[in-house]
Amino acid sequence: MTSTIDRTDAPAGSADATPVVRKSGGFTAAAANYLEERTSISGVVKEFGRKIFPDHWSFLLGEVALYSFVVIILSGTFLTFFFQASMVETHYDGSFVPLKGVEMSAAMDSALHISFDVRGGLLVRQIHHWAALLFIAAIGLHMLRVFFTGAFRKPRELNWVIGFTLFVLAMAEGFTGYSLPDDLLSGNGLRIIDGLIKGIPFIGTWTSFLLFGGEFPGTQIVGRFYTLHILLLPAILVAALALHLVFVVVHKHTQFAGAGRTEQNVIGYPILPVYAAKAGGFFFLVFGVIALMASFFTINPIWNYGPYDPSPVSAGTQPDWYIGFADGALRLIPPGWEFVWLNHTWSFNIIVPVLALVGLLVLVAIYPFVEGWVTGDKREHHILDRPRNAPTRTAIGAAGVTFYAGLWAAASSDLMATHFQLSIEGVIHTIQAWVVLGPFIAYFVTKRVCIALMKKDREIVLHGYESGRIVRLPGGEYIEVHEQVDEYERWKLVDYEVYEPIMLRPNAQGKITGGMRFRARMSRWFFEDRIAPASKAELESGHHGHGEIEGGSNH
Amino acid sequence: MARKSRKANRRHPLATVVLIAIGLVVTGGGYALFSSTTTASADTNTAASQSVIDEGEKLFAANCASCHGLDMQGTADGPSLIGVGAAAVNFQVGTGRMPMAMQGPQAMQKPVQFTDEQTAALAAYVASISPGPAIPDESLLQADGDAANGGELFRVNCAMCHNVAGAGGALTEGKFAPELTGVLATHIYEAMLTGPQNMPVFNDDNLSPEDKRDIITYLKYIENNPSPGGNELGSLGPVAEGLFVWIFGLGAVIGLMVWITAKSN
Repeated sequence: MTSTIDRTDAPAGSADATPVVRKSGGFTAAAANYLEERTSISGVVKEFGRKIFPDHWSFLLGEVALYSFVVIILSGTFLTFFFQASMVETHYDGSFVPLKGVEMSAAMDSALHISFDVRGGLLVRQIHHWAALLFIAAIGLHMLRVFFTGAFRKPRELNWVIGFTLFVLAMAEGFTGYSLPDDLLSGNGLRIIDGLIKGIPFIGTWTSFLLFGGEFPGTQIVGRFYTLHILLLPAILVAALALHLVFVVVHKHTQFAGAGRTEQNVIGYPILPVYAAKAGGFFFLVFGVIALMASFFTINPIWNYGPYDPSPVSAGTQPDWYIGFADGALRLIPPGWEFVWLNHTWSFNIIVPVLALVGLLVLVAIYPFVEGWVTGDKREHHILDRPRNAPTRTAIGAAGVTFYAGLWAAASSDLMATHFQLSIEGVIHTIQAWVVLGPFIAYFVTKRVCIALMKKDREIVLHGYESGRIVRLPGGEYIEVHEQVDEYERWKLVDYEVYEPIMLRPNAQGKITGGMRFRARMSRWFFEDRIAPASKAELESGHHGHGEIEGGSNH
Repeated sequence: MARKSRKANRRHPLATVVLIAIGLVVTGGGYALFSSTTTASADTNTAASQSVIDEGEKLFAANCASCHGLDMQGTADGPSLIGVGAAAVNFQVGTGRMPMAMQGPQAMQKPVQFTDEQTAALAAYVASISPGPAIPDESLLQADGDAANGGELFRVNCAMCHNVAGAGGALTEGKFAPELTGVLATHIYEAMLTGPQNMPVFNDDNLSPEDKRDIITYLKYIENNPSPGGNELGSLGPVAEGLFVWIFGLGAVIGLMVWITAKSN
């Protein structure tokens, strides 16, 4: 199989459709011709079939999310056949003995019915839940891939925002779904959400009443969440997903730097036949992994949790992993942040973490625009950055990941305490320190590591890599033979660009505004420390000046 | 040999120590040994024979008195045992929590140090000095009650520390509520009755003996009936599930991704 080059200026259209007719091919040809004459579909097939995708494993993360979503829709449809989204009181009379005769809502009753009395019901429930966890995990990794390789740069900023919207929608889908069975665990989770809402000054109480149809828990919430979970949120999600994919087609896929790869082409395999086969097969692999997990590992054993009742709370109550960072943020707030002022209770123990989480998410959403403004770069970018070649961005990302990881870890503070025989206060205080200091440490360490790696790359390009072969010269001197990297390898090491900090110059009115100063400061922060790639001149002089053999004493 | 239920840990690594202890008791107590084996079957706090109590007293003086005081009055290192009763002794000693290896946030479970006879003797001695809750009757420990009622009571009274599936949970300052799988029915009952370590007391007015039996029934049900959904991942809830999906689910998928995009030769 040879790689194909897809020129962006290649003409697309249905002009070549007629040759299909002339090929004598029996039924297939006739059927294709029938369709073509009525739909002119060959244009679409030609456009999509010859679409090129570059090959890199990390480019498949989004596909994993997409396939998990398909699995979620398939399994979720099955579950809707049996689930009763009602909080009407009933008494369980199914086959799980320890809940027989226990009072519960129709929702919980039907979820137990699915688990124990519908053939294959438990497997499908577990497939649905495992697929949901994998879906959001794949989205998270996909976002990190896009962030660290700079794939969000022009022209893809809007697609980043759409992808971010998908991430938030997926979390909302997850949370509403988690709440539907009306079991003890999900009820506790809802109670925390109720507390979060009630902690908002002035409008909190009334917003909570609006959501729950009165005082928590009420008799409405499961029905309302069901509508959101299976109608509104999936509709928006599918629309945003379609738009996301349309943009991928419109922008074409990004690629890593390499020989022959430019901002104007995409090098890889065409959809037909290679990628269609690979991606189709990959769907079944992902489905298979999910089905294996669902077959062998219990997820969300609602029969252990029992029906929701506002009085009990289980030890080790946590949300699903993707809401963990919010739960962790609440756990990390020190005591005493709640007080009465002007006859109102001010719950800063709620307000501060909510603001921090919203702030984190907003920063994620707007990052492409921030970076675009700082660089002032209006060009299109289709060649990806290696993370090391954008040290400040990579360091910011590492700081963000560290912050998120701290919040995330805090959601399991109690389990860390019991499993590692620590005191829970010690765990909480450690994570508090981590969340405050960790991002700074991660930032500086990552930035230095990136710059060091860039220096190493430059060194390798200019002076070759250490071959490990020691040669003794006639004069007695020992040297290590350095060998040049081959051209293809070298391409990857030199094909990147560095920005320089913006020079602060007066504008047309001869003034320097505060905004300009701020931007110049941001630019200096981003690009002050940089390592330029080896230039052509340096490469040539490097070869002539030092030759293929580099003396060990020079290093 | 009428005591049937307390046969666990017969062959113990510390059997030598125990043998020596028994030998000492035999030489010290002489003829008392025969009578003790015939009377120990009675309810410990009602009709324990004097010889058993005497044996218990010696064990107490040798193993417990340094912290709890020679007269069980308590010292700076350990609380008074006045009124704790036979149930508390049977739980603390029978699960290996007493004698403690060291002072810590709470007494840790460790290999049981005494034989069932010695534990019974200690319990009889403590109960004889100052009566308290007795070792529960066998009829309440058969796990044959109402599991549904037990489950409901467990969720309301126990799950906030021990977790809904009895997987245990964290308390403050390094203390914790232990896992409940593999705990003998007697010990579960005695724990509810006496409130060991940081556990509150659930006396018979709070949870009737039948309620306690139902809770034991529920715990034994979930212990003996593995999850219909497959491996429980420790019954730890979403944290275990999240870790699993990130490490094994996503790990497997990424492995497949690398395989599928690998260059073919």
